[in-house]
Amino acid sequence: MKTRWIAAGALVLAVLLLAAVGGRFRGATASSAPDLEGLIKAKGLTPDQVRAAVQTFVPPGKYDDYLIFSSGGQSGQVLVFGMPSMRLLRVISVFSPESWQGYGFSEETKEILREQAEAKEALTWGDTHHPAISETNAEYDGQFLFINDKANARIAVIDLRDFSTKQIVRNPNAYSNHGAVVSPNTEYILEGTQYAAPFPFKHVPLTQENYNKSYRGLATFWKFDRTKGRIDRAASFQIELPPYWQDLADFGKFESDGWVFMNSFNTERAIGGTLEKKPAFEIGASANDVDFMHIINYKKAAELIAAGRGTAVNGIKVLSLADAIANGVLFFAPEPKSPHGNDVAPRGDYVVIGGKLDPNVTIYSVKKIQQAIKEKAYSGKDPYGVPILSFDRVMEAQVKIGLGPLHTQFDDQGNAYTSLFLDSAVAKWTLGAPYKKASEAWKLVDKLPVQYNIGHLAAVMGDTAKPGGKYLVALNKWSVDQYSNVGPLFPQNFQLIDISGEKMKLLSNTPVGLAEPHLTQIIPIDKVKSWAVYPEVGMNPLTMKVDPNATGPGKERIVRKGKTVEVWMTAMRSHFTPDRIQVRQGDTVILHITNIERAKDAIHGFAIGRYNVNLSLEPGKYESVKFVATKTGVFPFYCTEFCSALHLEMAGYLEVMPAGR
Amino acid sequence: MSIAQIRSELAQARRRPRGLQLRSWLAAGLLGLSLLLPYWRITLFAPQYPGGLRVSVYLTKVAGESSEISLLNHYIGMKPLEQAAPLERRFAVPIVLGGVLAVAASPFLGQAGLLLQAPAVLFPIGVAGDLAFWMWKFGHSLDPSAPIRIEPFMPAIIGKGAVMQFSTSAMFSWGFLFSGITALIAAYNLSRWRRR
Repeated sequence: MKTRWIAAGALVLAVLLLAAVGGRFRGATASSAPDLEGLIKAKGLTPDQVRAAVQTFVPPGKYDDYLIFSSGGQSGQVLVFGMPSMRLLRVISVFSPESWQGYGFSEETKEILREQAEAKEALTWGDTHHPAISETNAEYDGQFLFINDKANARIAVIDLRDFSTKQIVRNPNAYSNHGAVVSPNTEYILEGTQYAAPFPFKHVPLTQENYNKSYRGLATFWKFDRTKGRIDRAASFQIELPPYWQDLADFGKFESDGWVFMNSFNTERAIGGTLEKKPAFEIGASANDVDFMHIINYKKAAELIAAGRGTAVNGIKVLSLADAIANGVLFFAPEPKSPHGNDVAPRGDYVVIGGKLDPNVTIYSVKKIQQAIKEKAYSGKDPYGVPILSFDRVMEAQVKIGLGPLHTQFDDQGNAYTSLFLDSAVAKWTLGAPYKKASEAWKLVDKLPVQYNIGHLAAVMGDTAKPGGKYLVALNKWSVDQYSNVGPLFPQNFQLIDISGEKMKLLSNTPVGLAEPHLTQIIPIDKVKSWAVYPEVGMNPLTMKVDPNATGPGKERIVRKGKTVEVWMTAMRSHFTPDRIQVRQGDTVILHITNIERAKDAIHGFAIGRYNVNLSLEPGKYESVKFVATKTGVFPFYCTEFCSALHLEMAGYLEVMPAGR
Repeated sequence: MSIAQIRSELAQARRRPRGLQLRSWLAAGLLGLSLLLPYWRITLFAPQYPGGLRVSVYLTKVAGESSEISLLNHYIGMKPLEQAAPLERRFAVPIVLGGVLAVAASPFLGQAGLLLQAPAVLFPIGVAGDLAFWMWKFGHSLDPSAPIRIEPFMPAIIGKGAVMQFSTSAMFSWGFLFSGITALIAAYNLSRWRRR
C-alpha cells in the first residue's frame, strides 16, 4: 500500500517535471524561433531555399572553401570569387590598365602591357576567355594562372604568390585565339587560332581562292619555364593547320598523354559577304553536318621541332602542315557541328564533345582513336591531305541530353555535367567503364534548368585528373528577369549548384556586372599559397626580387643628372620621404618608391594629379614611375589608399619650375 | 689559493662533485641559457590587429613585431624601440658570460671565491630596474611635435595597461625566470658561506 503511494507520487512528480521542462523548451522556441520562422514566412522562402542560404552562408570573418578563377571577358581582367559565398574577392588586372592596382601606370606594369617592349604601343584592353591554373600530374597546383586574350591573340602569365600579372606574350602569327589550356605538367600552354588568317601574318586579299591557299590556322604551344615563371618564346612552337576556325582544346593525360584534342568549326571555309548577298558566316560555316576534331601528337611535333624540322616565322618555329601530316602529327575525326567544349575525362580515356546544333554529346575513346590511327582506319582526307579517322571506329557513345550542348566537366563519382545553351539547363549524365558499371553507363541522370543561356560551366577541379565534386557553377549569358533592372546592359548570372546528391540543386545567383566571364576554374583555397605582404622589402613585382633601386629609411635622396631628376622615396604610415620634389619644366622625372611597411594591409597609393600617375604600393613592394615634367605648377601628390588616421596628411608637393629660371 | 690547490679541487670535483659545485654549475648554465631567451614580453591589442602585436625583449635584441610598434609609436612621438638600452645590449654578452664564468668557477676558489656569485644575485633585479628605467624614459621623452600629443606615461611592465586604442599585456619571460633561479641558487650558496 505504502509503496503504491510512493510510486504514484513519483509518477506525479515526473509528469510535473516533464511538463516544466517541456514548458521551458517551448519557452525557448517561443523566444527565438518565431523570429527566424517569421523571417522565412515573410520572405516566402521554401525549405530548400533556406537550406541553400545556410549552406552558402559564410559568417563574417570566416573563409570560403574554394576560389573561383574566372575570366573577366571584355574587361580584360581576371576575377576571383570565393565559393560557396560567391563573393568577389579580387580583380586581377591583366590586359587592361586598372587604376586601383596601378596597373599600366608604373614602369614595371607598363612593361608588362607593352609585352616586355615587343609591342611599341600597349593595347588597352583584352577579351579574356579561358583561365588555366598550372598543373602537376594533371591536377591544379595553384602556382600560376594563364589566360588568353581572344581579341589580340595573347596569353598572360599570372603568379599566384602575389596575384599579379607577370608576362603577356603576343602570338606573332595569329590575329585571334581561343583557349588557354595547359599540359599535365604545365610544360606547354596551348592556344588555337580562332579565326583563320593569312599566314604568315600579312595582308592577302580575302577571296575564296586566297583563303583556301594562303589562310591558315595554328596550334601554338607556348613553352612555360616554371622556375622563371615565364613563357619561353624561343622554346615554343606552332603547328600549321588548315584554315578552319580552331576552337577549344584539351591536353590528354595518362593514356592520352602526349596528345591534344582540338575542336574546329567553319570547316566549310566560308568567307562571308552579307552585303553582296552571299551567305553570312553563321550560314556558310554551318553548311556541313560535321566539323573536324583535330587530334594532334604534340610530343612528336616537339621532337620534330627539336630535330630542326620547323621553320622560324616571325620569331617562332612552325611545323608545316605537310610535315605534320607526313609524320603522323595530325589527324581529324568527324565531330558534331558548331562544337565548343572539348573535354578529356579524368583518366584521360575519353574525349567529350558537344556540338551546339546536335542534341547529343559525343564521346570518343582514346584507345579506339589510337587503334584507328594504327590501322589507318580513314574515311577520307580533307582538301589539305589530313587523314580523317572513320567516325564509327573512334566513337564510343552518344548520349542524348538535350539541345545546345556546349561544355562538359566531371565530378568524382563518374558523372559528367554538360551545359545546354538552347535548353538553358545543365545535364548530368554518366560516363562508361571504368567510371560506371555497364548497366549505368552513358545515361542521362538529371537535368536542372538555369537562368538563362548557359555558356561554360565549372565543377570543383572538374577538368583535372582528380575532380572534387560538391559544387558546380553555371555561367549564364543572359539574366533577363533575375535581377532588378540596372539599364539595358544586363549583368551576367553565375549560378551555384550543389552536385553532391543524385539530383542537382540550385543554391544561389550571383550577378556579375562588370563584363562577361566565359570560363572559370575552381580550386580548394588551401592549394593557393599566396603572400600577405611581399616577403622582402623592396621587391620588384616584375622580377620578384629586391630591386637595386629599392630604398630604405635614411637612404632616401634626390639626384639630378643633366635633365633627369631621380628620386628614391620611401612610403610608410603616414609620410613619404622626400615629400617635396623640385624639378624644372622639361626634366625627366624618375620616382623609385618603396613601401617599407611590414604589416598586412598597410597599403599605400601614390598619385600625382594632372600627371596621370597612380601606383599601388603593397607592403614591401617597389615600383617606379617615369614622366617628363611638361606642365609647370605645384602639383600635390598623395597616398590614395586610406592607410592610417593621418592618411590625408600623407602627401607632398611636386614643384615644376618654368625652364631657364 | 695556489694553482696546485685549484687543480686538486678540480680533480676532486671531476671524481665526486660536491653539492655546492653542482648548484653553481646549474646556476651558471641557466644564466648562460637565458642569453638565448626573451626576458620580457609585451603584446599590444587593438581591433585592427586581430592576433595582437607581440614583442620579445632579449638581453641582446628586440624581436617580434617591433618595427610595427615603433611605426605606431612615432604617432605619439615615442622613439623606436630599437634605440632603447644601446649600451646594455652591446655589453650584455660579455657581462653575462663573465657572470657564467664567475659562478661556475667560484666553488674552486675557496671561501672568498664564493663572493663571485654575489653579482648574479643582483643581476635580475638590475635587468628589471633597467627595463623600468627605459620604459619610463621612453614614456616621458615623447616628441612634443608628434602628431598625437598624449600625457607622458609609464607603460605597464607587468600585467595590463592601456595607451589610446591599444591595451597591453606584459610579463617577464623565460630568460628572466632562468636568471632569477640563478640568483636564488647563488643567494643560497652565499647563505651557506655565511654559516660556515
